[in-house]
Amino acid sequence: MNTITVKFFARLREQSGVDAMDLEIGDMTKLSELIAQLQDQHQDWTILQQKNLMAAVNHSMITDDCLLAAGDEVALFPPVTGG
Amino acid sequence: MDFINIQNEDFNVQQQYDALSQSNTRDGAVVLFVGRVRDFNEGEQVTEMVLEHYPGMAEKCLEDIVAKARERWDINRVRVIHRVGLLSQSDQIVLVGTSSPHRGSAFAAAEFIMDYLKTDAPFWKKEISDQGERWVEARNSDETQKKRWQ
Repeated sequence: MNTITVKFFARLREQSGVDAMDLEIGDMTKLSELIAQLQDQHQDWTILQQKNLMAAVNHSMITDDCLLAAGDEVALFPPVTGG
Repeated sequence: MDFINIQNEDFNVQQQYDALSQSNTRDGAVVLFVGRVRDFNEGEQVTEMVLEHYPGMAEKCLEDIVAKARERWDINRVRVIHRVGLLSQSDQIVLVGTSSPHRGSAFAAAEFIMDYLKTDAPFWKKEISDQGERWVEARNSDETQKKRWQ
């Protein structure tokens, strides 16, 4: 098993009640599979269910899908609103 | 020469102008943009705002945006400051400053940096009004603004 860190921001952080959590994932787990798993487990985190959910892996925005590896830092958050 | 900073403290626009222009004889143009906390948004009186960011990624994202601007325009000095934490009405939130030999590049690069910052950089605003707290929703118009550069 591989340990990754998942971080949450803004409204999703409030819904999850934590800034970050460590999760064990299997080999060759895709980002989309991680998100689907979290969506199943936490249906009350409504930001996770939204089509415009954004994701970053190791500080880079991911627009398609990607494979996750041990030690990765995944961040999930609603659309950004800075500036 | 880039200066990119995320900070709680306010910034002084004159100091930023000085940093862009002092000992800089080649740039005839300096552009400064400042974004501030508005008193009204979507019909609610906004009294305060909390700005959250993703430390590490936000800095990297701003560096990437400035690098992209440098590929497109002849700009020499760039300064980007974004504040986080609790802000009040009329407080300064963000500053983008550019210097260039000519105004066209300085204007365009500053606007490009702001447009990408709005849609790509991991910052989130929560407004506090007399109605309570509310996370600001992303605007489609910001995405449209960014697409002009693509």
